[in-house]
Formats: sequence, C-alpha cells, structure tokens
Amino acid sequence: MILFLARRVLISLPVLLVIATITFFLLFLVPGGPFDREKKLPPEIEANINAKYHLDLPVWKQYLFYMSGLASGDLGPSYKYPGRSVNEILHDTFPVSMKLGLASFFVAISAGLAFGILAASFHGRWVDRAAMLLSSGGLSLPGFVLGSGLIFLFSIKLRLLPPALWEGWRYMVLPSLTLGLGAAAYIARLVRSSLLDISFHEFVRTARAKGLPESRVLLKHMLRNSISPVLTVSGPLLAGLVTGSFVVEYLFSIPGMGRYFITAVTNRDYPLIMGVTLVYAVVIVAANIIVDGLYAVVDPRVARR
Amino acid sequence: MKHRSLYLSGIFLLALLFATAAGPSVSPYTFDQQDPSALLQPPSAAHWMGTDRLGRDLFTRVLAGGRLSISIGLFSAVTALVIGVLYGGAAGYGSDRTDQILMRGLDIVFALPDILLIILMMVVLGRGLLGIFLALTLVSWVTVARLVRGEVLRLKEYDFVAAAGALGAGDSAVFFRHILPNIVGPLIVTLSYRIPAAILAESTLSFIGLGLAPPAASWGILANEGWSGMRFYPYLIFFPSLFIFLTILSLNTLGDRLRDMFDPRGGPECWD
Repeated sequence: MILFLARRVLISLPVLLVIATITFFLLFLVPGGPFDREKKLPPEIEANINAKYHLDLPVWKQYLFYMSGLASGDLGPSYKYPGRSVNEILHDTFPVSMKLGLASFFVAISAGLAFGILAASFHGRWVDRAAMLLSSGGLSLPGFVLGSGLIFLFSIKLRLLPPALWEGWRYMVLPSLTLGLGAAAYIARLVRSSLLDISFHEFVRTARAKGLPESRVLLKHMLRNSISPVLTVSGPLLAGLVTGSFVVEYLFSIPGMGRYFITAVTNRDYPLIMGVTLVYAVVIVAANIIVDGLYAVVDPRVARR
Repeated sequence: MKHRSLYLSGIFLLALLFATAAGPSVSPYTFDQQDPSALLQPPSAAHWMGTDRLGRDLFTRVLAGGRLSISIGLFSAVTALVIGVLYGGAAGYGSDRTDQILMRGLDIVFALPDILLIILMMVVLGRGLLGIFLALTLVSWVTVARLVRGEVLRLKEYDFVAAAGALGAGDSAVFFRHILPNIVGPLIVTLSYRIPAAILAESTLSFIGLGLAPPAASWGILANEGWSGMRFYPYLIFFPSLFIFLTILSLNTLGDRLRDMFDPRGGPECWD
C-alpha cells in the first residue's frame, strides 16, 4: 500500500515538472512585461528593476534560476506586491480557499445526499420529478448567476447575511452555497441513480421481507451499498471546489488564492500566476492519488498492479 | 408528454437563434447606441428590458450579446470536434508508440482545471475574440480526442474493420469511411455538451473581467455591467443572467435526451 502510494507520487513528479516548465515558457512568450507603463521608465530604473528580478538574464538562466528556487520550495518574489514573496501570499490565501472549498464540499455532499435519497425513495412521483428538475437547474446555473441571486435575496432584500468579505462563519454561508450547490445537483443525480440501480437486488428484498421499516432498509442497507460512486467523485470534486473558487472569491471579495490569481493575471504578476498554477496542480494531483489510494483499500487488486 | 422538456428546450433554442440572428437588425436601437435622455430606465414598452447607465437598450444588447456568446460557443465546440477527431483517430489507429506519445500530451492538459488553462491561454493570446476562441478550443478538443481514441480502440477489434483493411483500404480510408460513421452518435452527444460548457466558460471569464472586454457585448460582459449596480437596478443583471441560464439549461437538456437516444445505459454527465 505504502509502496503503491509512493510510486504514484513519484510518477506525478514529472507531470508537475512539465507543468511548471510549460507555464514558465508560456508566460515568457507573452509580449510586454509587468513593469510596462504608459509612460516609459527612465532607463536606469528599468535596468535596476530588471536586475533585481533577474529579467536581464537570458531565458534559460532565468528558467534554471526559477527551477532551483522551486526545488527548495521558493516561488520567488511577487512583481506587484513589493517586499512580499509569492510564498507569503500563498501562505495567507491558501487556507482561505481551502476553508471555502471544504465548506462547499460539505454543502455539496449533504444537500446532494439528502436530495438524492429523497428522489430515490419517491421514485417516479412528483417529489422525484421536482428534485430532478431542481438538479437540472443547478447543473446549468453559472456560479456568478447563482451568487449574485443569493446576494440580492439574502443580503440586499432580506438583510440576513453579509454580501462580501471574510470575517466569520456568517460570511461563509453564501459563498459556500454558491460554490457547493452546483456540485450538490450532480451528487444528487449520482446518489439517486445508484440507489435505483441497487433497489432490484435480492438483499433489499430480503431486508423488506423480514419486516424492516422502509427508512431502515433505505438508510442502512441500500445507502451503504450505493455510496461508492460518491466516494469516487469526492476527491476530484474537492479539488475542483478548492481550485474552482475564483468566481466566488471575486463575487464576494474573499481574500483567497483565486482572487489573487485574477488580480495577478490583470497585473501580469507572473511569479504569482505561476505559484497559484503550481499549487492548483499539486492539489489536483494529490486528490487523484488519494482517490487511487481509496480504490486500493476497497479493491486490493488495484494495489498489486 | 415524455419529451416535453425536449420540445421546450428545442423551441427556446430555435427562437433564441432566430431572435439573436434577426433581432439586432430589426430592433429600433443598436447595441451601442447611447441615449442621454433615457439613462437607467426600468423595463417599459419602449425599452423591454430597460436601459443601462449610458442609455443603451438592454434588450438589443442581450440579443447582440447572445449572438456573440452563442457564436463563440458553437465555433469553438465545432473546431474542437474536428481537431479531437483527427488527434484521437491518429492515437487510436496509429502504432502503440504514436498512441503513447499522443496520450502523454493529453495528460498534461488534464492535470489542470479547464478554467485555469483558459485563463493562462488568454494571458498568452490576449483578451480578444480570437484569444478566447482559441483558448476554449484548446481545452475542449482534449475531451473529444479521448473519446474518439477510446471508441477507435474498441471498434478496431471488429471484423468489419479487419475486412476493410484486408480488401486493401488504407488507414485513413478505414478510419473515415468505416470507423467514423460508427461513432457519430457519441460525437453528437459530446458536441451538444461542449457548446454549453464553452458558453459558460466565456460568460464566466467575461464576468470576472478576464474574457472579452467592453465595448464588445457578450452575456458575461452584460452581467458584469449589471453586477455593480445590482442594488438599485437589478434588472440590468437579471435579464442577461436569465438568458445565460435558459440557454445552458436547454442545451444540457438537449444533450441529455440525445445521450438517452444514442446510449440508453449512460449515467449522469461528469460534474463541471
């Protein structure tokens, strides 16, 4: 098992290396630089800036310089926030995005399970149809539409919850709903179809035949056997929620990694763009490894391959 | 009765296509025509969806925005389909070595979230129509290529393919004449999911200010313009959002029904 995981980590290192390399050269290809102004800077100042950030070196030297920094975990200085390193910015913003991701993951799983179970237990009746209609809507609703709708309703009209910033649990409600409900719609469909698939098995009939109440059959016997598809998608789902939060962070002015990424793109803060990209890639790769590990626990044949 | 959702979305999409194609030229206003005497009007008989802070007619802007957003979605999805078929076909029908090299390339693209890749590409290509079109195509074709490769590998084992080869048909003839017609179904389904995905990506990017930029008018730009004044002029964000939502919903419904037709066993489409 440990060998299996170690091998997976080793395999994914070259992938991360290639991503870092490609991103580096892509960003180097971009015309113009972070210090371009409408007014031309005096040449001495420009030379000083270029020297400070090693922009005067040939590309391959810059690349080697960046990569040797990366090997020791140093992502370089930010171009836009003088005196702050990319590491510091990520250190401050990653926990915010992670918290938001986890909260919306909780929303996705709990609402998804609730609606999926509800729909399956009323299969074919109006509750089922209403839940599936809601889920179609949720799957088609862009994050910024849902988010602005929630802000309009709960912050502007009802004045119940704050529309922006990140200062306590009340500030987390609307963002995590915005981010989590789309995923909940997907989980609900998954749970419903998985429960319906399993309802024809003999052990379900046995459980019913021995006189168990329907709720016990559903929650104890059927749910446990139909949960594996949810486990399968949960790793990529969590990664998607942590890395897919920039719209929500933009909408609610949350000081997370995604919002810094957006400003980094508009400011051409290349080291910060690279840093966020690499962190995202690591999160996704890690999520995939964890899912593979879970597979290996469930099905020992996977680990032996 | 069973196909009511299919008919509803079909009718909506046809009406939308017609309205966005003909509307901007029929409307008494143009999408960038400013009217200082009618700033921020609520919806009325003269301005069906009201006017924005420069006095531009929102209804005309929504139709013009639809024209832009739908064209971007449609063209990038179709281009991605063509590239994906060729690449996936080459990987599936080429030698094992070719397959290995071509598929390793795809793994890199899959290791990053779509929207992040699109943004990175936009940084490189610039914030224009061409930039967003290329960026959307770039992330879309990978899905198609994977699908085509898988289908080709499956169909390659069939006798009719071996027979075609034995009768002297070349590799490309076998692929285009014998294999491709057999995967038209899954391809249509994929296409019908890629279009709403592209429309969603474009509007999201334009909304956070990394996609198209004003004075162009796409649905995402309109929603972004309405967002800042949502407290007092909610209709400015409501109507563009409604059209984005209904369009994506209709296209997804269409995709679901098509998938049911071509593959009755299919599960729910992957999240995101």
